[in-house]
Amino acid sequence: MKFTLKIWRQKNATDKGGMVTYKVDAVSPDSSFFEMLDQLNQQLIGKGEDPVAFDHDCREGICGTCSLYINGRPHGPIRGATTCQLHMRSFRDGETIYVEPWRCGAFPVVKDLIVDRSALDTIIQAGGYISINSGGVPDANAIPVPKPNADSAFDAAACIGCGACVAACPNASPMLFVGAKVSHLALLPQGRIEAERRVQQMVAAMDSLGFGFCSNTYACEAECPKEIKIANITRLNREFLAAKLAAEKEKNGGFTI
Amino acid sequence: MIKLKANAPGVPLADQWDAYKAGCKLVSPNNKRKLDIIVVGTGLAGASAAATLGQLGYNVKSFCYQDTPRRAHSIAAQGGINAAKNYQNDGDNVFRLFYDTIKGGDYRSRESNVYRLASISPEIIDLCVAQGVPFAREYGGLLANRSFGGAQVSRTFYARGQTGQQLLIGAYSAMSRQIAAGTVKLYNRRDVLDIVIVDGKARGIIARNLVTGEIERYSAHAVVLATGGYGNVFYLSTNAMGSNVTPVWSAYKKGAAFANPCFTQIHPTCIPVHGEFQSKLTLMSESLRNDGRIWVPKEKEDAELIRQKKLRPEQIHESKRDYYLERRYPAFGNLVPRDVASRAAKERCDAGYGVDGHGRAVYLDFSDAIERLGRAEISARYGNLFQMYQRIVDDNPYRTPMMIYPAVHYTMGGLWVDYELMTTVPGLYSIGECNFSDHGANRLGASALMQGLADGYFVLPYTISGYLSHEINTPPIPTTLPEFHLAERDVIDRLSRLKKSGGNESVDHLHRKLGKIMWEYCGMSRNEDGLTKALGLIAELKAEFEAGVKIPGGLKEYNPELEKACRVEDFIELGDLMVRDALHRKESCGGHFREEYQTPDHEALRNDDDFAYVAAWEHKGRDAAPEMHREELHFETVKLTQRSYK
Ligand SMILES: Cc1cc2nc3c(=O)[nH]c(=O)nc-3n(C[C@H](O)[C@H](O)[C@H](O)COP(=O)(O)OP(=O)(O)OC[C@H]3O[C@@H](n4cnc5c(N)ncnc54)[C@H](O)[C@@H]3O)c2cc1C
Ligand code: SF4
Ligand code: FES
Repeated sequence: MKFTLKIWRQKNATDKGGMVTYKVDAVSPDSSFFEMLDQLNQQLIGKGEDPVAFDHDCREGICGTCSLYINGRPHGPIRGATTCQLHMRSFRDGETIYVEPWRCGAFPVVKDLIVDRSALDTIIQAGGYISINSGGVPDANAIPVPKPNADSAFDAAACIGCGACVAACPNASPMLFVGAKVSHLALLPQGRIEAERRVQQMVAAMDSLGFGFCSNTYACEAECPKEIKIANITRLNREFLAAKLAAEKEKNGGFTI
Repeated sequence: MIKLKANAPGVPLADQWDAYKAGCKLVSPNNKRKLDIIVVGTGLAGASAAATLGQLGYNVKSFCYQDTPRRAHSIAAQGGINAAKNYQNDGDNVFRLFYDTIKGGDYRSRESNVYRLASISPEIIDLCVAQGVPFAREYGGLLANRSFGGAQVSRTFYARGQTGQQLLIGAYSAMSRQIAAGTVKLYNRRDVLDIVIVDGKARGIIARNLVTGEIERYSAHAVVLATGGYGNVFYLSTNAMGSNVTPVWSAYKKGAAFANPCFTQIHPTCIPVHGEFQSKLTLMSESLRNDGRIWVPKEKEDAELIRQKKLRPEQIHESKRDYYLERRYPAFGNLVPRDVASRAAKERCDAGYGVDGHGRAVYLDFSDAIERLGRAEISARYGNLFQMYQRIVDDNPYRTPMMIYPAVHYTMGGLWVDYELMTTVPGLYSIGECNFSDHGANRLGASALMQGLADGYFVLPYTISGYLSHEINTPPIPTTLPEFHLAERDVIDRLSRLKKSGGNESVDHLHRKLGKIMWEYCGMSRNEDGLTKALGLIAELKAEFEAGVKIPGGLKEYNPELEKACRVEDFIELGDLMVRDALHRKESCGGHFREEYQTPDHEALRNDDDFAYVAAWEHKGRDAAPEMHREELHFETVKLTQRSYK
């Protein structure tokens, strides 16, 4: 197969950057999108040019490293798949494909198609964990967890932290990511104890990092490669409200106002 | 001269770890604050170690090449993690897990370490559950288990097909908590390129900031390597693209012994290679073998027609199919261990019965299981794997059997460590897949995750305190010491040499070449002629690499090609060591199958009289051959028997 690629090139964080056109041919339809980019890069290296930098590692849809808008869509046209799981047979022979980095103020461009997503780590550091020390914990079966809860917690925990939800959102809101983490932990008895504190701290961190606010466009759910459900945002809102009320109640000496 | 002393406590096996803990020296909390520890790697081993050491109060500096610790390669593990919990009441216990692990390693691992691993395993599950790892549960709310290739008890804990991800998120969150608390400082997007030794002790590292290209020095009272496996020496493997051997290799060059480098685990159920530009192989969980039946056509003509796409597998009558595992191993059938299943597939394909275009695939057929259990049940069990297969191969496995082929998956060799997980360099530790200690020659599934977490959460935090208790009067190590300066200069020289070399071939091209040599001659089966030939080919490749690779871009910027060049240069040297190791081990054991040493019915023939030892290699300088040292293995508790899966 043959393709025309319009790729965002940007030398570093301060460079202005712009789209550059490339051509690749003799691409196998069984190649993954990245194998196609590898092929392009071999071509560029052959000519002594700088290869296109993009983030990738596992190449099997689990590490969350890969990113890319492909024809304007985070991770490309396939639902429920990351860029590394996308194959060239999903495109038409001769097609022109647009490739760009995630665009969001909280994710500055590092080079070409690579952005800095450490803001997501900062949100987790604000409370996306259960505060227990290694060693000295009770037997794993001492606290039974209803299977439906464990399954729902798992569904939320399946988030790979790729940031596509932020990239898809017109407001660049990370609510799906935060909602997934809050749900994962709130659904388990082990995570309930700190639930109020956690949700407040995570939301506060999210607000301080330059992300936008959720206005229910559902774009995140549509583009999430792990099909994380919008219900997690609903749970996040509920948890947040409950935590706020509880905090107010405490402030007012136990009276809800 | 390297001295190998395993240092296990001299008491009966079952009491060793308790005796060790009771006797080891501690560091008081006010002194812990004054001690720095570098942990390279944030996979299960590194993240769990950083979290625990930080929580204890040490100053931890944590490094990874990814943008965040949560992406370390441990994330890709699918199947599960073993623990001797006996929740299923099927007779499991610590001894049985210990025994199965020793036997699965073909009696080439160390009893004391493996026993400790088995005895710690229950605690790992407790901790992970307390962290909120959503393991699979029964309706009664208790944890579910499944059985995994080779074991007769159900001791594997799992979180759907994403166990590694969930465990890593647990360790990453524990680490995030310490980052917030200020005890762990994270350095992401750093490529660790050298280890700094001062007065014979590991005191720091040299890293390249991958974003700016800046060379940086970091010091500490002890250095812990948790950098994962080196399967990418084969170019095509199930490992993440960035997995590498560089920090381990620099440790080796600075005096750390490298043990059993040739022991590689090949996984039988991977998606076959499709073409020249393939970059990566995808593993399909071993659990598929519980219900899938493996076969190839009985007639070569049928196989040929299939390869030409003139015949479809469904059209081949039952009587014309060769279910070769069921035929050869009636007792275990499709559930034989990984090395046996892998070799059998290769044997059939080499004999001309392979089924994809290149003749490098066998069928994994679910039609019987679908008939027996219904499509819905199969979909509930393996739906996500079927979807993954369909996405990659563009074929529907509910209708047409899957095609699978073995792939390089896991490396059991690594830095030699003693009972305390310390290498032969004082103050330099190695944990997780990058050490050799618990694996022997053939890994069963679900043991690697267990070992990574055992090392990081429960072993190293104790053993390192013994060493650090002697360091409490050592002030912070200045990075202005001449040793740092020298190491930094070496790194800079190396990078500029690579950058300037200006050949015509890209790094990937040479890496692919190396992979072909390794797979062909030091892969699933080896023989003297092939290995000798490989030595020559690797030397040629090394010369070709030195004559020049083509690396565009600058030194002081984000430069993935430069990054790869260091890695591939190290892989070429490692390849040489792997081949030497394979050549010297004149026996077959587990993942190491020497064709000259097999039983009349083609099973691995171990030689316990001459080879019941760990081969630990010492670097003797750039142009000298490495020297081999032996750690004799003593089996006091288990009896060495031949494995049989007939
Ligand atoms: C596809 C797949 C499936 C698997 N399934 C299972 C399973 O079901 N059960 C099981 O028990 N095992 C399984 N394994 C094996 C298991 O996943 C690994 O052995 C284990 O996770 C390794 O953990 P680790 O912490 O040692 O290293 P890794 O998780 O590989 O981490 C390595 C770390 O080192 C860092 N690093 C490496 N090099 C450098 C450098 N130069 N500079 C800076 N940092 C560096 C990386 O950034 C990373 O953080 C599987 C392996 C694969 C490939
Ligand atoms: S919620 Fe989905 S899109 Fe967002 S980070 Fe997680 S996996 Fe990616
Ligand atoms: S590279 Fe790991 S998810 Fe795409």
